[in-house]
Amino acid sequence: MKLNIALAQINTHLGEVTANLDKHLELIHQAQAAGAELIVFPELSLTGYCLQDLVPSVAHRASVDDPVFRPLLEASQNIDMVVGFVDEDHRHRFFIAAAYLSGGKVVNIHHKAYLPIYGLFDEGRFFAWGDEVQAFDTKFGRVGILICEDFWHASPPYLLWLDGADLFLFTSASPGRGLGKQPALESARWVEDINRAYSSLFTSFVVHSNRVGFEDGLNFWGGSTIYDPNGELVSRGPYHEEALLVSEIDLNQLHRTRARLPLLRDERTALTMRELDRILGCKQQK
Amino acid sequence: MEHKKIDLTINIDTARQILTGFIRSEITRAGFSRAVLNLSGGLDSSLSCYLAAEALGAENVLALCLPYKSSTPDSGEHAKMVIEALGVQSLTIPITDMADALISRFPDMNRVRQGNIMARVRMIVLYDQSQAFRGLAVGTGNKTEILLGYTTLYGDSAAAINPLGDLYKTQVRQLGKAIGIPQVILDKPPTADLWLGQTDEGELGFTYDEVDQLLYLLVDQRYRPEDCVEAGFTESFVRAVMERVRRNQFKRLMPPVAKLTNRTVGYDFLYLRDWGT
Repeated sequence: MKLNIALAQINTHLGEVTANLDKHLELIHQAQAAGAELIVFPELSLTGYCLQDLVPSVAHRASVDDPVFRPLLEASQNIDMVVGFVDEDHRHRFFIAAAYLSGGKVVNIHHKAYLPIYGLFDEGRFFAWGDEVQAFDTKFGRVGILICEDFWHASPPYLLWLDGADLFLFTSASPGRGLGKQPALESARWVEDINRAYSSLFTSFVVHSNRVGFEDGLNFWGGSTIYDPNGELVSRGPYHEEALLVSEIDLNQLHRTRARLPLLRDERTALTMRELDRILGCKQQK
Repeated sequence: MEHKKIDLTINIDTARQILTGFIRSEITRAGFSRAVLNLSGGLDSSLSCYLAAEALGAENVLALCLPYKSSTPDSGEHAKMVIEALGVQSLTIPITDMADALISRFPDMNRVRQGNIMARVRMIVLYDQSQAFRGLAVGTGNKTEILLGYTTLYGDSAAAINPLGDLYKTQVRQLGKAIGIPQVILDKPPTADLWLGQTDEGELGFTYDEVDQLLYLLVDQRYRPEDCVEAGFTESFVRAVMERVRRNQFKRLMPPVAKLTNRTVGYDFLYLRDWGT
């Protein structure tokens, strides 16, 4: 089974949801025309990243009653999509969120579970922490979504793998940093290294959609990638430039790789649980 | 001092792509398409001019040459070389009369005060031309001088955007060389040119090459002072540089507002400049 994936490596307007929505609809249209069946937008693609005190004014609910989600849900009749937004729950907590839309329905919403509050980051000041890491079913198989810092930690991808995800959809608004001798920034190389590692370790497809552009002095480096279950690079977007990257992946590769390398079959989850219980239990006793 | 050479080499293409993208993005998002900068004929302002011209087109850049009577003739010559090489617009406005109108009132004024007045008069001309030319003021300060506070507050430090502010002086030189800045500008000793014979390294008491390596360890690599000494830097040098960085923190911040209400600019009224663009 083949799947045409479009990665929308876009720049965004900071705090201007309507302008960003128009851009989404335009790119969805282009992706569809290019034969894509799924389009993945970056983290906070509908709002911009460094929102600070703008957070409450750009929040939306992923539902058909919402003026921003209504046209997106309509468009999802023809193409599946992942969009990034600020989700305000019924208790008025604000989350960095990614919604998977398909067939006019909201199939899944992931709330970012790891909010970085070190270095240049201050997400934990403005957002509530997501509390779940769950895979979900789509017409392309079981999928897991993580947002940026979520996959800087090893456990969320691992949990998604055990929860049945064969297709990992990662989204980022990753500020570029660490200029040295090499063409790619340190932060870009780090993310590419771990995504390649996840695809190899979990013998799965790892898709990463990262934004570009600037917010004040922060640059976002793009370089969106797809790695296949062998850890091979399927495609990579340009650094620092907008792009709509449409690539075909062959989902049958999962069969071939796992026939050769049965890491999933051999994963000792009960051992992991026992050891986690022991390690965490010991810590609690201290 | 004996220490292993710390490699500060940067990738030229990546630096160039990010910095020109930054200039273009931040100027156009603010609703402008043009830039103004003070071109002294030194390395930092020459490189800023090259990057601005590359980002916006030479016709959209105005380079200002603002000599004082004591400025070395070389400075103007070198600025002219840059202007001609790039084809940017230019304007020469001597600042002697403006600066001396104040300086002459105080016969005993020391040269630091005089130098600060020159830097601030240049800022006034820069911002006036910013309005006249409808272009944003591009700053030319580098990371070394920002960290060391080797700058005049509201003088040469005043600008709308600061493209070179995260490059050490030795990295500015690498990028300047690669981008084609005339050799004579690359080779001359860095100077604020505020009085005859002034050089940055003479005034600071150490070389950029040396202090850049130390700052890179302290700031970028988060070395503790004792780690820097272990790496071969003398303790007195490490202490002196750290103290200089600390003492000049005020030059890197907006003036603090005294908090009285529940929501105060600078503390809990937080928006980027790019808000709404």
